[in-house]
Amino acid sequence: MVIDAAHRRRKTLATVRANFELLTLTLPALIAFFLFNYLPMGGVIVAFKRYRYDAGILHSPWIGLANFSFFFRSVDAWRITRNTVAYSTAFIIVGTITAVVIALLLLEVRSTGAKKIYQTVMILPRFLSWVVISFITHAILNPVHGVGNQIIVALGGTAVEWYSHTQYWPFILTISHVWNSVGITSIIYYAALMGVDPQLYEAAEIDGATRLQQTWHVSIPALVPVITILNILAIGNLFTGDFGLFYQIPRDVGRLYPVTDIINTYVYRGLRQGDIGRTAAVGLFQSSVGLVLIIVTNAIIRRISPENALF
Amino acid sequence: MSGRQSHASSTLLHLFFIAFSLAFIVPFLLVLSISFSHEETIRTLGYRLIPPEFTLDAYRYAFANPGRIQDAYIVTTLQSALGTFLSIVVMATCGYALSRRSFRYRGPITFIVFFTMLFSGGLVPLYIVVTQYLRLGNSFWVYIFPRLVSAFPIIIFRTFFQSIPESLPESAKIDGASEWTIFFRIIVPLSKPVVATLSLFGLIDRWNDWFTTLIYVRDTRLYTLQFLLQRILREAQFLRAIATELPLGMDIGQHDLPTESLRFAMLIIAAGPMLVVFPFFQKHFAKGLTIGAVKG
Repeated sequence: MVIDAAHRRRKTLATVRANFELLTLTLPALIAFFLFNYLPMGGVIVAFKRYRYDAGILHSPWIGLANFSFFFRSVDAWRITRNTVAYSTAFIIVGTITAVVIALLLLEVRSTGAKKIYQTVMILPRFLSWVVISFITHAILNPVHGVGNQIIVALGGTAVEWYSHTQYWPFILTISHVWNSVGITSIIYYAALMGVDPQLYEAAEIDGATRLQQTWHVSIPALVPVITILNILAIGNLFTGDFGLFYQIPRDVGRLYPVTDIINTYVYRGLRQGDIGRTAAVGLFQSSVGLVLIIVTNAIIRRISPENALF
Repeated sequence: MSGRQSHASSTLLHLFFIAFSLAFIVPFLLVLSISFSHEETIRTLGYRLIPPEFTLDAYRYAFANPGRIQDAYIVTTLQSALGTFLSIVVMATCGYALSRRSFRYRGPITFIVFFTMLFSGGLVPLYIVVTQYLRLGNSFWVYIFPRLVSAFPIIIFRTFFQSIPESLPESAKIDGASEWTIFFRIIVPLSKPVVATLSLFGLIDRWNDWFTTLIYVRDTRLYTLQFLLQRILREAQFLRAIATELPLGMDIGQHDLPTESLRFAMLIIAAGPMLVVFPFFQKHFAKGLTIGAVKG
């Protein structure tokens, strides 16, 4: 027994030594993950506490689920949850359709030069921050100087106070999102289309398939795996909005919150106001639902088509 | 795709794409035009895509007191370069170890990395850890460390390194090379495309960072360009303060400065270089996107 234990220990030691160098290669990353991912994960206990700066996370008093019940009883809970999920869903649907259509149309462009120019222009927004893009929306939507109102007035309409009325913002935000992401996504889809064996199209053509039929029966099926992978990630992020889009484009205007406030902007404001416990509770609610969503989506995908599952 | 394509449908296709491309180009021309507009034009006619006359007034003001923009350029350049470099080294070394099938802790460490993609503690606990425990708030290092690692690039690195035959590092090991040497001497030279692409992505994200400043930084000398721009757009008083180098609050008259065009001139000065550099990266970028689409 004793010998056995010693032997085992020596063997463990040997494997540790053999793996030691590889372990040191992972060490910097592990330390960073520990500090900036796993410590904050442990820090979610602050959602069950009344946070005091002098006491820190560990020594602040426990208050059970008070932070959660406060949030779920407030009018904000439904509003920000609805906005976050509704926008994510709209972005998935509109974004995917637009990008797929653009990719399919790009495939029809014969001139490689023109194709390259169109692609380059479309991914321009990816190189810019939402702050820069908010200058553009400001230049269009500014009620006094903006180009948007100039056009409306020139066409005989009356100028619109964009930043005072909520009804325009679902469209403005969706357009901004699609404008920002369509180039990237369509390039990914286009790359998938380039991988299709040209013989498939030739065979379809010999069988008398029209261009539209070729698209439907050859191109679209080729895109399904990529669409699936990109959208599992997106569905997992259904509860997470793009903070930059929702903070910079509506410029944090309070009157627009009913349609522009999402969980992430709400959490940011809560943090700014020092409302630590309650805001952490909202964040934990968001992360937990996100975790469930991604696991469920992945399980469903794994059942339908295992090769497209993420894990 | 072979087959017929009538002349008319080809023209229609190009017309569509030209119109679509204009939706991306015109907004940039618009902000450029505003920066060259007379303040008087803006006041009477509004922002114009083609202003009746061009002026360099706004740029003269912007360059008369360039202090803040200079600071922001230095901070942004340093944090993007150093942050990207360190982050790529740390993530690539980790990805390499995880690509080695003989590595005993491969499974658990991969899980530790992967799990961060599924769950996070959220902004608030991270904020407390960074500011209260690690004391990184309002310092330059807050740009470097909290974003040092993320799971997705590590998995991309791992997947890429797995395509390198394992016999290569194994034979080097027999020759007495350490894993670190193998990584830097053998693996990195073979992996230039993936390193270049992920560095480019990291560089762009860091260059465009305003969120870190918004959350963690108060000192105006530590502002990134993007955050400086955010305040310039939102606060006329802040714009006047930095353009005149007067302390905030000691506001000079509103009409002494071309406030409207100055804002956009600042935008062009701060974001312009990115737009000029951008076309040179485009090829790499499109390639990298398809690397990113490969599942881990």
